[in-house]
Amino acid sequence: MPLPPLPADAIAIGVHVEDWRGAVAAAGDALELSGSTSPEYTKRMIGVIDEFGAYVVIAPGLALAHARPGPDVHTEGLSVVTLAEPVAFGHPHNDPVSVVLGLAVTSGDEHVLLVAELANVFNDPRIIPALAAATDVDSIRALLGVTAPPEEQ
Amino acid sequence: MKIVALCGVGIGTSAILKVNAERALARLDIEADVTATDIAGVQSVGLDAQVILTSSELVDAIGKTNADIVVIDNYFDVDELTAKLETALG
Repeated sequence: MPLPPLPADAIAIGVHVEDWRGAVAAAGDALELSGSTSPEYTKRMIGVIDEFGAYVVIAPGLALAHARPGPDVHTEGLSVVTLAEPVAFGHPHNDPVSVVLGLAVTSGDEHVLLVAELANVFNDPRIIPALAAATDVDSIRALLGVTAPPEEQ
Repeated sequence: MKIVALCGVGIGTSAILKVNAERALARLDIEADVTATDIAGVQSVGLDAQVILTSSELVDAIGKTNADIVVIDNYFDVDELTAKLETALG
């Protein structure tokens, strides 16, 4: 099962941020812009890292920002943000981070297929540096194996 | 055999860890049930687990357990998962 179509609003390339909070906020902004979440969800994603630390940095250079389902999640969504300058999240092995994925789900179960497909894509170790180096939306989509939504085609 | 994949909120990162741990177990030809959970659930879910897979950031939050705690650096690296699971279960 391929990943769902990724709207251009859910992708931000070469974003300038000061720190990890800015990086997670950028992933939240992209989820908001693409209609998946409300601003409250962005705050909750930052709150997860405040509470539990930088475990969301799950591979070298990659953070998977996320929080629990809630009323601030309108539809399941994924956002992709690449950073102009990598930032440290405080992870002992995987810093600095240059690519942030934002994940929003509406229930604890429905995300399993989405996440399994993310694992398929990212099991290729070349993907993270290639995403970080991508300069346009179509390259990001091609690397992830996703299409544009019908209204953008 | 039971293995727990742990993350802060039980969504997303623990699910990725679960998917790739199952791939590693298939390589090792080991049958095990891999359950994704969060910090709040690890004490109950992890009660009868042999291994808890997690990030170094979360080890201190687990508390007392009889399970082997295995720290995974790269959740997408099935080679790392395979090697560490082989050591823990061997």
